[in-house]
Amino acid sequence: MSVHWPDISFQDRMANSEFRVHERAHIVVNSDSCNGCTTRACVVACPANLFVPTADGGIVFNYEQCFECGTCYMVCNEEGAISWSYPEGGHGIVFHNT
Amino acid sequence: MSDFDVIVVGAGPAGSCAALTIARTGKSVVLIERGPFPGSKNMYGGVVYPRILDALIPEWWNEMPVQRWVTRRSTMLLTDTQSLSIDFRSDAWGDAPYNGATAFRPDFDNWLANKAVEAGATLVCSTTVTGLITGANGEVIGVHTDRPDGDLTASVVIACDGVNSFLAKERGMYPHTDAAYFTLGVKETITLSKDIIDERFAVRGNHGVDIEILGGTSGVNGGGFIYTNLNSISVGVVLKLPKLAAQEKRPEEIIAVLKSHSAIAPLVEGGTVSEYSAHLIPEAGLKMMPKLLDDGLLIAGDAAAMCLAAGIWLEGVNFAMASGMYAAQAACEAIEKGNTSAKGLSLYKKLLEDTFVLRDHHKLRRAPQLVLSDRVQHMYPALVTGIVQGMFQVNNPIPKPGLRKILKNERRRLGIRTIDLAKDAITGFRSFG
Repeated sequence: MSVHWPDISFQDRMANSEFRVHERAHIVVNSDSCNGCTTRACVVACPANLFVPTADGGIVFNYEQCFECGTCYMVCNEEGAISWSYPEGGHGIVFHNT
Repeated sequence: MSDFDVIVVGAGPAGSCAALTIARTGKSVVLIERGPFPGSKNMYGGVVYPRILDALIPEWWNEMPVQRWVTRRSTMLLTDTQSLSIDFRSDAWGDAPYNGATAFRPDFDNWLANKAVEAGATLVCSTTVTGLITGANGEVIGVHTDRPDGDLTASVVIACDGVNSFLAKERGMYPHTDAAYFTLGVKETITLSKDIIDERFAVRGNHGVDIEILGGTSGVNGGGFIYTNLNSISVGVVLKLPKLAAQEKRPEEIIAVLKSHSAIAPLVEGGTVSEYSAHLIPEAGLKMMPKLLDDGLLIAGDAAAMCLAAGIWLEGVNFAMASGMYAAQAACEAIEKGNTSAKGLSLYKKLLEDTFVLRDHHKLRRAPQLVLSDRVQHMYPALVTGIVQGMFQVNNPIPKPGLRKILKNERRRLGIRTIDLAKDAITGFRSFG
C-alpha cells in the first residue's frame, strides 16, 4: 500500500532558496509566439514553476525565482519565444545544501 | 601582451582543477565565476568520486568538505507496488583512500577553488562572462564580462561554463543541443536528525548510502536517487526533457509520488524540505559531445558534456575535474611552445583519449540511450520484479513453477518480444560486459 505524501505549497518549497534578484530580467518571453503555442512545455517542465498560462492564451512568467537551469528554452519548440541568458554576476540563485 | 596566460571561465570542479594546474606551473591564470562564490550555482545528485584528485591534492580526504563517505550502494527497481534492491556494502570505502562521498557542491566547489587560489590563481566572483573576444585570425584571445571595462585577454581560454555553455555555443562547437540529450535533475534536501538517518539507512558515524532508482518517475524516462548527507538526505529524480515536456506532471509532483512509494516513504517521512533545487544534466555522453578545442579555446566539464550517465554509473564531478586538469596541461604545453592554435592545444584530446575520461565514454557510448529507452524504463522493472514475485509467492496448492515458465509468463503479460529482450541484452553486454 502506498503512503500519501502531504504536499507542501510551492511557496514553502521555494522559501528556503536564496535568490539575489537583479532588476534586469534574464529571461525574455516573446508573448506573440506564446499566444499561438499549444504545447506549453515550459509550464509543466520548469522546476521553479515560473511560467503560468493566462486565460487569454498567453503566458506570464517571473524570472526572480529562477534556478538558471535552462530547461525552459531547451523544451520550448517555438523558435525564439524564450530568450535566456545568465543573470548579472553575483545575482540570481545561490545554492547552499545542494 | 595579454592580461593573463590563461582565462578559466567557471569555478566548478573543471575550472578549479584547471586553474590549480596552471597556477602550479607559475603561469598567470584568472578563474571567473558568475556566482557570488564558487559552487553557488551548482547542484547535483550528491556523490563525488574524487580519486583523480590524488594527482592534484595528496590526501585530499583529510581536507575535503565531506558529508558522508559512501559505504553502501543500492540499486533499486520500482513499480507502483513493488521494489527490488541490490544492496552492496564495503567497509573499505569508509577508510582512506576512500571511494566516494556525499558532499554539498557549494562547500566542495568553494574548497577546490580555494586550492587554486592558494596555488596563485586569481579568483574573480560575481562576474558573468558574456562572450568571447577573437583576434585577427578568428582565434580566441579573451572574454567579455559584465563588469565595466571588463574585457580580459589571455593566450588560452578554458570554458568550464557548465551545461548551458554559451561560450561553446557562441563558437559553434556545440551543434548537439537537442533536448533529448538532456535530463533535468530536481532534488529536495530533506532535514532529518543524524540518529534517524543512521538508523533508517543502517550506517554509523560518517558512513553513508547511495541509492539509485530505476522506475518511480511517474512514467517519465529517467531515474530517482536518495543520498545520505550528515544531517539531511537528498531525494530527487532525473527526467528526460522531451518526456517531461510531453506529459502533465510537474517535476516536484514526480518527486512527491516517488516519496510516497511504500519502499521510499519510510526512509523520508518526518523530514522537512530545507532546500529544493534543479539543474540540467548532459546525459547522452559521447553522442552529444561538442568539438573540444579550437584556436585559443578548450572546453571542459559539463560544458563538454563530460557527464557519465550510464545507469549503474552516474558520475560527473570526476570527469569534470579530470578534463579541467588535462585542458590545463594542454594549455600550458601550448603556451610554452608558443603555439596556442587548435593544433598546438591538441594534447588535450590525447590526454582525454588516453585516460578514463574518453575511454569510459567510448566504452559506454550506447549505455545512456539504453538506460533511458522505453523498454528499460517502463517494462524491465516490471519484468524483473514480476519474476521475483513469481519465485517467492506461495500459490499452494499450485506447485512451484520453474524459472523459465515464470519468465515466459511475465514476458507475455508485459508484451515484451524475445527479439527486443535479446537486442537489449546484447547492447547491455557490449556496454557493461
